Amino acid sequence: MAAKSRKDVIPLIKDIASGIYNRILKKKSPELESPLRSLNNVKYDQKDGYFELLGKKKVRALTAASVKTFAQTLRMMSLSKDLVEKDDIASKREAYYISKNWAEARFKEQPESDTVMDDIEAMLMVNREQLGFIPEEKGGEIAGKLIVIDRDPDTGKELKIDCTKFGSGAYSIPISVEHLKFETNAKFILAIETAGMFQRLVKHNYWKKANCILVSMGGVPTRACRRFIRRLSESKKLPVYVFTDGDPYGFANIYRTLKVGSGNAAHINEFFCVPNAQFIGITPQDIIEYKLPSHPLKDVDIKRLKDALKNDPFIKHHREWQKALKQMAQMKVRAEQQALAKWGLNYVIEKYLPQKLKDPKKWLP
Amino acid sequence: MSKEENTNKPIAHELAKKQREISVAEFFEKNRHLLGFDNKRKALLTTVKEAVDNALDACEEAKVFPEINVQIIDMSTKPEIKKEIDEGQTTLVTEEVKKETIIAKQDRFRIIVEDNGPGIVKKQIPNIFARLLYGSKFHTMKQSRGQQGIGISAAALYGQLTTGKPVKIISKISPKHSAHYYELIIDTGKNEPKIVKEKEMDWNKDHGTKVEIDLEGTYQAGGQSVDRFLKQTAIANPHATIIYTTPEAKQIIFPRAVEEMPKEPKEIKPHPYGVELGRLIKMLHSTKARSVHGFLMSDFSRVGSGTAHEICKNASILPDTKPQQVTREMAEKLEQGIKKTKIMNPPTDCISPIGAEALEKGLKKEIKAEFYAAITRPPAVYRGNPFIIEAGVAYGGEQELEGQIKLLRYANRVPLLYQQGACAVTKSVVNTNWRSYGLSQSRSALPVGPCTIVLHIASVWVPFTSESKEAIAHYPEIIKEIKLALQDCGRKLASYVKKKRRIVAEGKKRDYIETYIPHVADALKQLLKLKEVDEEKIKKLLKELLEKQRGKLDQIKVDASDFDESLALEGGDEDGSKE
Repeated sequence: MAAKSRKDVIPLIKDIASGIYNRILKKKSPELESPLRSLNNVKYDQKDGYFELLGKKKVRALTAASVKTFAQTLRMMSLSKDLVEKDDIASKREAYYISKNWAEARFKEQPESDTVMDDIEAMLMVNREQLGFIPEEKGGEIAGKLIVIDRDPDTGKELKIDCTKFGSGAYSIPISVEHLKFETNAKFILAIETAGMFQRLVKHNYWKKANCILVSMGGVPTRACRRFIRRLSESKKLPVYVFTDGDPYGFANIYRTLKVGSGNAAHINEFFCVPNAQFIGITPQDIIEYKLPSHPLKDVDIKRLKDALKNDPFIKHHREWQKALKQMAQMKVRAEQQALAKWGLNYVIEKYLPQKLKDPKKWLP
Repeated sequence: MSKEENTNKPIAHELAKKQREISVAEFFEKNRHLLGFDNKRKALLTTVKEAVDNALDACEEAKVFPEINVQIIDMSTKPEIKKEIDEGQTTLVTEEVKKETIIAKQDRFRIIVEDNGPGIVKKQIPNIFARLLYGSKFHTMKQSRGQQGIGISAAALYGQLTTGKPVKIISKISPKHSAHYYELIIDTGKNEPKIVKEKEMDWNKDHGTKVEIDLEGTYQAGGQSVDRFLKQTAIANPHATIIYTTPEAKQIIFPRAVEEMPKEPKEIKPHPYGVELGRLIKMLHSTKARSVHGFLMSDFSRVGSGTAHEICKNASILPDTKPQQVTREMAEKLEQGIKKTKIMNPPTDCISPIGAEALEKGLKKEIKAEFYAAITRPPAVYRGNPFIIEAGVAYGGEQELEGQIKLLRYANRVPLLYQQGACAVTKSVVNTNWRSYGLSQSRSALPVGPCTIVLHIASVWVPFTSESKEAIAHYPEIIKEIKLALQDCGRKLASYVKKKRRIVAEGKKRDYIETYIPHVADALKQLLKLKEVDEEKIKKLLKELLEKQRGKLDQIKVDASDFDESLALEGGDEDGSKE
């Protein structure tokens, strides 16, 4: 995928459009097929390391239930073709506003247009950036022993960005990361769930002490963040450790998406996953061993936990994860990263992380 | 005898001086409400109703398509003239007008009803119009509108009592005869007609009768009005043409819609089950038969020799007893004997229903709806009286969506406008579950929806709850038949309502899908850089595909081809008549 240039998308779009046109000319009912983007349409193979699509499809046709989406998909494809031809881009939100010109075919809310956009991606097996659409969300933040080599947008000259020199701030991962190159002598990458924990580690120059690169994911990592970590770890042969809250969301949403991708964007998981990531905490066992202050699981946590055990191919593949989730289900509690502050503000730097990193037996796959 | 008793005659003698026969006319004078003259508004309606009933009955007996002309003229003093009279400024009024209106009159109407019926022979005119309880219909067992021979003469009497004016009649029996003109008043003491004026005259008509009554009344449209009565009459009598001129001088024509006269009802003898003791005794005394056995056979329907013997056996009476010698006790035994004997139901050819087809036509011409259905039940019997129930529905169209359905009740083709709440028909409609037929309905209430329900009972003797003939009595046999008729109509209505809902839903879906066809075409045009013609072709092909895919859309027939707005001005905007 990375190899495909943006222009390659145009023939793909045209193929589908002329397929529909020809069907209509032959007086056959036109249809648009795209892969079903959900967890129950993916399989997990540890050798490949990411969620792969199965064959389930969804079909849009001239029925009352799907005709609107059918028309919207074609309109969105037409918009994409325009953008690529003019070498322009539109943010997801801008695309939503453009649809307001489409009379009855306009989108009511942005999630509708996002869904159609994702369907087109999956249908063409391309990334939305190739279609000319970009997300608004930030890609995540970097601090530590890394030099990112980017280009000046005006001159095209190389720009070296030293991620040790942002002081108490950080380097923002750009939306598109394919052109970036890296220089580093760090030993590992530490991906952190919360901005709060990231700030603490930056403040105390943890990266200097541990000789590592810190990434703030800010919840479920964006595609750019996943792709950045993947490229960095692959090109520099660095291990990736993941540090999240000890709750079902941290395990099954944040960590799992980073490692093997999501059901929703399964068509691009191959490129947007980090198969060598390892989970270092906070595990349910940590809550017991570190005597962490905890909160009772909310209904939504319990639902997520049961759902992961029942439907998530990744969790179902790894017995260790099943054990951990079942343990949490029994304990009926969760704990946040910052709960470690109970033992002192720098306990996480001085004790917890060094201990965990030393002992791979306490990690989860 | 004591002295005292001698001087004072028994008090009974004094009382006896005051005791005398009360004539029906005198009785009516004091009890006008019993015959439908309770108030001025109702009096106007009742008078029109009695005259129209008689006109229709007469035409049908003569087998001519009724053409009835109803005219109501407002005779009240004009407000501006009344003011002048009241203020004594009569100078602007001509002598003629002054004579007529020197006393300002209010709520005065003249009702003129003219028919093309067979006319009335000269000798009978005074009795029919100026004598109460005189008529041909009371003594026969035959389906007719009038039953008691009291209606038109009561109306004439009411007019006489309120205005002092005589009833005026013109009648002609054939083109060869000249017309007779009468002005009559009723001698209320004797219940006898008094002729005020009589003459022969020319009348530009082959045959027919015209009656003119002046009376005190009030005219008000809507609810229980003359307008409503005539419209409903037109629905149940599609073989009649009625031309109606309102007090506002607006002319409404209810045209004839069928080319067949109703089947002539046959006269029948009473059925033994329907005869009560008093009537039995009277019949025994007036019969020409020489034995009870013969009497049973000749004076009743469905009694043959065998049945007559069985009745006598069950009554322990010798079959050859002379009818005149039957005592009251024996008559009672005879009544018991009749009850114990199984007797075949009365013949039903004596009833003439409107007919489902004609009723539907009547509805179609007077109510702008989109679906019509009517049914006629097979004949049934209550207390030895045969009857037939008919029901009809008119659904949708321009009828009011909210609000209760309109219930039109008829007895022998005559609309019943009053006492809806007390009527067996209303009870049956309320007790039918209309929700399963596509109308909404709250508990113990009439259903709600854009619908008119018609119910007709035809019988040689319609059981009314009172003399003013406004509500049907609650006989279980009648209620059962009404319910079956309503359910039958209800099922037809339900299948239509469901079909309509389905088609409306399908139409909406199709419209929805079609909305997006131009978007598909436009997007493809942009994607493939197509020409306008190609875009149009895509639209056309997609519409064809849609048609092929979803099948042809059934067109809902608005089944109102017979409805003519200009001919039925009193259209669907009336409120339901409520008590």
